[in-house]
Amino acid sequence: MTTWLVRRVAASIAIVFAVVTFTFLLLHLAPGQPFLPGDETPIDPRVVANLRHEFGLDQPVLVQYVKYLGALAHGNLGESFALHRPVADALADAIPNTLVLAGAALVLDLLLGLALGVYQAVHAHRLPDIGLGYATLFVGSLPTFWLALFLLLVFGEWLGWFPVGGVVDPVVHASLPWVGRVADRLWHLALPALTLGCVGAAGTARYQRAAMLDAMGHDYVRTARAKGLPEGRVVLVHTLRNALLPLITLLGLSLPFLLTGAVLVETVYAWPGMGKLAADAVFKRDYPVVLATAVTASTMVVLGSLVADVLYAVADPRIRVRA
Amino acid sequence: MNIRAFAALCGALACALLALTETRKFASMSAAGRRFLRHPPAAGGLFVLSFFVAVAVAAPWVAPYDPAHALEIVSLQNQPPSLLHPLGTDLYSRDVWSRLVYGARVSLSIGALAMLVAVTLGAVVGAVAGYARRWVDPLLMRAVDVGLAIPRIFLLLMAIALWERVPLPLLVLLIGLTGWFGTSRLVRAEVLSLRERDFVLAARALGAGRRRIILRHVLPNVAAPIIVSAALGIGNVMLLEAGLSFLGIGVPPPLPSWGNMIADGAAHLTTAPWTTLFPGLAIALVVMALNAVGDALRDALDPRKEMA
Repeated sequence: MTTWLVRRVAASIAIVFAVVTFTFLLLHLAPGQPFLPGDETPIDPRVVANLRHEFGLDQPVLVQYVKYLGALAHGNLGESFALHRPVADALADAIPNTLVLAGAALVLDLLLGLALGVYQAVHAHRLPDIGLGYATLFVGSLPTFWLALFLLLVFGEWLGWFPVGGVVDPVVHASLPWVGRVADRLWHLALPALTLGCVGAAGTARYQRAAMLDAMGHDYVRTARAKGLPEGRVVLVHTLRNALLPLITLLGLSLPFLLTGAVLVETVYAWPGMGKLAADAVFKRDYPVVLATAVTASTMVVLGSLVADVLYAVADPRIRVRA
Repeated sequence: MNIRAFAALCGALACALLALTETRKFASMSAAGRRFLRHPPAAGGLFVLSFFVAVAVAAPWVAPYDPAHALEIVSLQNQPPSLLHPLGTDLYSRDVWSRLVYGARVSLSIGALAMLVAVTLGAVVGAVAGYARRWVDPLLMRAVDVGLAIPRIFLLLMAIALWERVPLPLLVLLIGLTGWFGTSRLVRAEVLSLRERDFVLAARALGAGRRRIILRHVLPNVAAPIIVSAALGIGNVMLLEAGLSFLGIGVPPPLPSWGNMIADGAAHLTTAPWTTLFPGLAIALVVMALNAVGDALRDALDPRKEMA
């Protein structure tokens, strides 16, 4: 188990390192360059040369790479071209927002998906199951940003139940007592988290339904029924416990989905997270920011799958023995 | 909407129905086909897909107006759906239904082409890695690990940040190039078990070269997972294209794609929600159809169910 864990962690670190190298090479060997005078606004070539020198862009790629790695080791992600502040600062502001959004969406995703999946499995092949089957198929196929736009239109604009964007109310937030501040944050979080959570839950429900049906076919379920246990206990204790394992795999797989969704949903809801930071930076050709967000997102994905693997090993003795 | 467009639309519906009944007939002849038909959503999915393909092919007849033509900028700007304009008009007084019809061409072909690139690459890399072993396999699979670690949209954001303006063919290529990692893993796993089978040994004993064994003997046996991941992959690509177009870095504007129609409409969501609603519904319908068909195909092509 320990050797397995050490190897698994080492592999994760190697992947992150490879991602860093790959993104760096991709960005530096590509045709586009920052500070090159565009055709619409002619800039003095000397100014360009000065700027390129200031940011170290006139040095050989290999030197830049080694410097970049060295800086990275010190937690220094470079200076943003467009934001005029260190990339690490911009990321430090954005990451908590994304984590809050992704975390809330994940909780919603798992709880709703689990409940729907179990409900469908219990009523398998009957009307509620078939209806929910079509519903989850539909919701799971929606473009997240499109769902975001319409939730915003209906609940934000027409009904006015929720704010139309941002993390907190810019006017009254500072003057609220702490209970009010938490409520204000949750109120702003509701729609973005609901958007991502619903689309995710649709997939989780389909997955969980299959896992439940699979578990229900086993002999221990028949034994539990034969013992005369109440049906609720058979479903929720005997079956569900064994149908939860695949959910751990899904947990690891859902991070890429959540981060991808975050890029679009954050843009719709003006949620100042990592995804919006990246999307904005692409337009300004702000390499360091794009690179840093991609590396951060990948690190999160690698960490997520590591955690899922460890959880799986903890939860499933068969995996432990084999390792 | 005029009579010609209405007739063409009916024609497209008839084509879709015909395609559905013909597929039904064909499928009921084999065991796998009957397993496919056991999924009710799959038939609906096939109908939706053939309808949209027919509409895309017959776009000049089905669309009552030129998709890029501003009809009457003063009186027809952001008009709600009516008899003349069944899905309304957009900010530039263009007919939304006509744009949706032409957008089907763009969105569907991007989905199909990018998926084709991704699946071909995935199949080849997976087959080579699974068959070669030694140092080639670990090398390729570690590369796949890295590719899977970077969320696809961030890979594309990075790539797009590098080119000032991404021409459409390059965008399709890029989407394809970032989508083959999963498929290659799937194919490799399959090939690993196939390569130990007797028919591969027989082929080798008969003096077949590596290339021939991989292309003629191994890959045809991996067709099932490839087809399934292709069906599910098109839907993913379409969602991705829509997302990128929404961010303003996908299909460049005058050309209508379902994604950039949503992007165009989003700014006027409160005054003209129909310009955003319909392209989104179209994407959802097609992706839903692809998912339904993909699920049913997975079931139908699973060789382990052959005996049952």
